[in-house]
Amino acid sequence: MDKLIIGGRELKNRLFIGSGKFADESLIGPIVAQTGVEVITVALRRVDLSGGKENILNYIPKDCVLLPNTSGARNAEEAVRIARLAQAAGCGNWVKIEVISDNKYLLPDNNETIKATRILAEEGFVVLPYMHPDLYAAKELERAGAAAVMPLGAPIGTNRGLKTKEIVRILIEECELPVIVDAGIGKPSEAAEAMEMGAAAVLVNTAIATAGNPTMMANAFSQAVQAGRQAFLAQPGETTEYARASSPLTGFLRS
Amino acid sequence: MRVTVNGESLELSESTTLLDYLIRRNLNPAVLVVEYNGKILHRDHWSQIQIGDGDTLEILSFVGGG
Amino acid sequence: MSFHQIIEGYKDFHIPAYLSKVSAGEVKAALQKDFLKPQDFLTLLSPAAAEHLEAMAQKAHQLTLQHFGRVIQLFTPLYLSNFCVNRCLYCNFNSGNAIGRRKLDAQEIRAEAKAIAATGLKQILLLTGDVPGKAAVDYLIEAVTLVREYFTSIGIEVNPMGVDDYRRLAQAGVDSMTIYQEVYNQAVYDSLHLSGPKKDYHWRLNAPERACQARLRTVNIGALLGLHHWPTEAFFTGLHASYLQNKYLDTEINISLPRIKSGPVGYQPQSPVSDAELVQILLALRLFMPRSGITLSTREPAELRNHLVPLGITRMSAGVNTAVGGHIDGHSDDGQFRISDERSVDEVQQMLISKGYQPVTQDWHHIAG
Ligand code: SF4
Repeated sequence: MDKLIIGGRELKNRLFIGSGKFADESLIGPIVAQTGVEVITVALRRVDLSGGKENILNYIPKDCVLLPNTSGARNAEEAVRIARLAQAAGCGNWVKIEVISDNKYLLPDNNETIKATRILAEEGFVVLPYMHPDLYAAKELERAGAAAVMPLGAPIGTNRGLKTKEIVRILIEECELPVIVDAGIGKPSEAAEAMEMGAAAVLVNTAIATAGNPTMMANAFSQAVQAGRQAFLAQPGETTEYARASSPLTGFLRS
Repeated sequence: MRVTVNGESLELSESTTLLDYLIRRNLNPAVLVVEYNGKILHRDHWSQIQIGDGDTLEILSFVGGG
Repeated sequence: MSFHQIIEGYKDFHIPAYLSKVSAGEVKAALQKDFLKPQDFLTLLSPAAAEHLEAMAQKAHQLTLQHFGRVIQLFTPLYLSNFCVNRCLYCNFNSGNAIGRRKLDAQEIRAEAKAIAATGLKQILLLTGDVPGKAAVDYLIEAVTLVREYFTSIGIEVNPMGVDDYRRLAQAGVDSMTIYQEVYNQAVYDSLHLSGPKKDYHWRLNAPERACQARLRTVNIGALLGLHHWPTEAFFTGLHASYLQNKYLDTEINISLPRIKSGPVGYQPQSPVSDAELVQILLALRLFMPRSGITLSTREPAELRNHLVPLGITRMSAGVNTAVGGHIDGHSDDGQFRISDERSVDEVQQMLISKGYQPVTQDWHHIAG
């Protein structure tokens, strides 16, 4: 069986979803039931003291892995603080590090992300850093103890697709860690594309949550992720990368 | 007695335990995380903490996020 | 414009001089292109390109996978007759050579066909020496009619004919024709073909085009490598293929790479081609003509054939006996040329499978007529 193991946990489903931006959070339960999604991101916020809103955890099936993000953190220190709070809330030790100090494009700060990863990995967290795809940063995250790296496909929430494809491809080839494409994936075909390249999983939020029919879209993503994964395992023939010699074809002439 | 809760300065008429305060504010303690004077406070201790003058509380819970 | 005019166009162009000046940069630039011009093709036949065989091989491999998949067509020749009126210096069948002559009768043709069909092959290439005339065409048609029930694809490799004769053969069930110019250099051609109708260079040169006009499905051309300066010969072979393909879009133009190593006693090829040079020709042709089939015969030894499979070959002969009646009486004396790969059809199939290729013995099936 083709399984993804992260932080000691065996995952069958390679579609991770985010729980933000749903018009109706009660859809999350049925989506999980239909797709078999196992990992769901959540965020930590000050409670609204005027009360009213139901807690998101009430909508997430209990057997899912909760992946709290550190959204709102503008530096490593804040990310670490949020991660610790999330852990104290009793929802496991996974954390998606997200350090963003740029309010215009919401691009992640790789340097601060690396720092936070180092601290939290040492404390025993299963750290999944959201990052700008950069080979050196990915290698550094690997050394810092990350459980996976999560390069963005395009800026958060833009649904623009796998714009960073060529670099993500390099990360996939060069990193030992699972590469999970996070952010920007707008259509199932783009998720399939990432999986075909060898991504370990994809994390999709906006594209599902803001679809006309989120449940149907989640199903479509789930199938696309499976199809892409199978295509990757089936080893499609290369198309244009002539220079990339797998094994020499003319070696026999020298013997 | 003045306390700061989630950045808001509030007047508390009487001293209570943290747990009682949360319940009085209609919050479900099971899904909360509390930072008490800058330190994360494990839920086991909530019934033992007596809120005092000048205390700072951060009460957080999970929301949808990506 | 005829192909001969294209050859003439290079009259004042000194190919060896050009080749010696090709730089590594020009080779790399040619390798980058998706569509090669004739000059790029020539560049890939240069000594400079010989230093980039691996890169050429990778691209050739990819293009072949892209256009053909991991598939190799298998066929075998059936020698009907070794009577020949020509005197081609390099050929065992030449009329001056004292060998046993034989022409199969109907019963023998059927027996040969049966023996070959028993190996599982469905594509056959009928060969004769050169005996022009109506009787020869009639004999060929009779042979085609006899073997039709055993094979789904019937090719011929015989003397050049007129469009009408090709048409008659097509009607009888021939779908492909093979004819090698042997050597594109006209002076060398003249010196190697001492006498007989084969002396007519142009009649032979235009035969592939006449076959296209007769609407044969596949036309297979080539130069006999070793007869003359190989880069020049390979260049004109490629140009010829490209000329035919551009002009006759509905015909499948294939290229063969027959390399001559020995001939009748006393004959030595003037310009022997090494393994590396053969590889370079194969690769350059593949890059220049990405969609053309390329055939490799059993003239090449088993091991080399195995290595060439991923480099652009799409068609191989197997289980070959170049003697007339060789399949029925099991000998191979007096064959047209010496074969080097003596493996059975089954062994060649196993080799292909082990390399991840699918051997194909039947490419299509006739559903009408
Ligand atoms: S090459 Fe053909 S034409 Fe020439 S001698 Fe041999 S069989 Fe005859």
